[in-house]
Amino acid sequence: MSATSVAAAEQYDYEIIKKFSIMAIVWGVVGMSAGVFIASQLAWPFLNFDSPYLSFGRFRPVHTGAVIFGFGGSALFATSYYVVQRTCQTRLFAPGLATFTFWGWQAVIVLAALSYVMGFSQGREYAEMEWPIDLLILFVWVAYGAVFIGTLMKRKQPHIYVANWFYLSFILVTALLHTFNNLAVPVNLFSLKSYSLFSGAQDAMTQWWYGHNAVGFFLTAAFLGMMYYFVPKHAGRPIYSYRLSIVHFWALSFMYMWVGTHHLHWTALPDWASTLGATFSIMLLLPSWGGMINGIMTLSGAWDKLRTDPIMRFMIVALSFYGMSTFEGPLMSLKDVNALSHYTDWTVGHVHSGALGWVAMIAFGSLYHMIPKLWKTEIFSVRLINAHFWLATIGTLLYITAMWISGISQGLMWRAFDDFGNLQYSFVESVAAMHPFYAMRAIGGMFFLSGMLLMAYNIFATIRQGVRDADATQARSAAAAA
Amino acid sequence: MDWFAHPENTKPLGLLIFFVTFCAIVLWVYGSKKRGKKLEEHKNIPFLDDEDEVKDKSNG
Repeated sequence: MSATSVAAAEQYDYEIIKKFSIMAIVWGVVGMSAGVFIASQLAWPFLNFDSPYLSFGRFRPVHTGAVIFGFGGSALFATSYYVVQRTCQTRLFAPGLATFTFWGWQAVIVLAALSYVMGFSQGREYAEMEWPIDLLILFVWVAYGAVFIGTLMKRKQPHIYVANWFYLSFILVTALLHTFNNLAVPVNLFSLKSYSLFSGAQDAMTQWWYGHNAVGFFLTAAFLGMMYYFVPKHAGRPIYSYRLSIVHFWALSFMYMWVGTHHLHWTALPDWASTLGATFSIMLLLPSWGGMINGIMTLSGAWDKLRTDPIMRFMIVALSFYGMSTFEGPLMSLKDVNALSHYTDWTVGHVHSGALGWVAMIAFGSLYHMIPKLWKTEIFSVRLINAHFWLATIGTLLYITAMWISGISQGLMWRAFDDFGNLQYSFVESVAAMHPFYAMRAIGGMFFLSGMLLMAYNIFATIRQGVRDADATQARSAAAAA
Repeated sequence: MDWFAHPENTKPLGLLIFFVTFCAIVLWVYGSKKRGKKLEEHKNIPFLDDEDEVKDKSNG
């Protein structure tokens, strides 16, 4: 193995990573605020203010777009550019193209949010952007792929570290998903509206092939790339088993592609297609748990770090939530369980145990590790990270517990019959029964958002401290030279 | 070629190819002690540029 030494941080291209890191925090605050707003609208409907621009229907994709693509996407751009440089021991390929990915990606998030508020949506979940924005995404993504692959190709380290494999699969599969899910014919060149190339059950299947693989490759594989670099790096010890990480990668890549149809049980889809989705979902439990164990066991022999280090705690709790939601997912993909859980809040709870517990927490841990290194300083306040950790954990638990109770209650109420074979409850009775849990979910979201605000302040103070330190060093050097 | 035009033929064939490929990967990873040792050495790649880092006070 080459042990090429990299003498100084200046050898890496950190400017683009700094920009994406800051925007990850900004979009985190914006997206989570939108999430708390729409959760509160469900609990207290007057918050829709009778305005179409502020209605739940328009704000929901603003929330999902800002957290998934704004916060998650920016964190992935930042960490992938950081990890690929440091593990390949080379600078980024085509820095100008990397700068284009930054401005292009930010334009996508802003334009998407504005179009949703204005009422433009192509009605595909997590892909609501209309066709001109889809084209912009395509250009940005091709540029991203070129920068990442170009950097891999000029690496000084002969072996490509496993984290880069996960990032690469995320880039390639997202390109594939985005292209096929958005195949459409515009109504005309000057209209934002378009017709999908697919129709009926095929359209639904394409949408959920995209939808679940967005979860599988954007929100799982990519964040596993983050995990495989930042957990060992922060723990100061290598990953538990490199061989297990290789099997984890290939097993995930082979299996995730098939599971999307479990979103369409008991619909017009052919029965074999939904059985196939459920079967692969169950098999996915093995690689998912293999990866989780690999991450957690990295701390083997250094468990005391969990007591003293809140960043490590973020990472290990993220892995625990990864394990929990990848157990819950296969369970919910079983047709009989799905008959109860589908269309209920249980699904919403499941998504958020993955999104808040796994995705956000591993991103928080990684950003807390990386940002002080980018500005060559120390974190401003470890106590604030600790407070953030507890607010995020309590918020997530409140959220998912509320959604479990509400989802299972909904499922049971909708399928309850009286002695005469009539439905026992009207739909509105089930809505009224959900109210306390909707309030509880909104409060859980407020906890999570408060933690995010603490992080924003802590990171702002850390960056300010880094900039002041750099200015002072520069002034000292200038004085010494004079 | 006509045989390949039928999904009922190509689907199991695809499954077989993927399954055999996956088994070959697992065998390649775990099949040889010497190769296993070499693969495990790659786990140290993130630590090759440690000397540049500012010590993080939150790290234990």
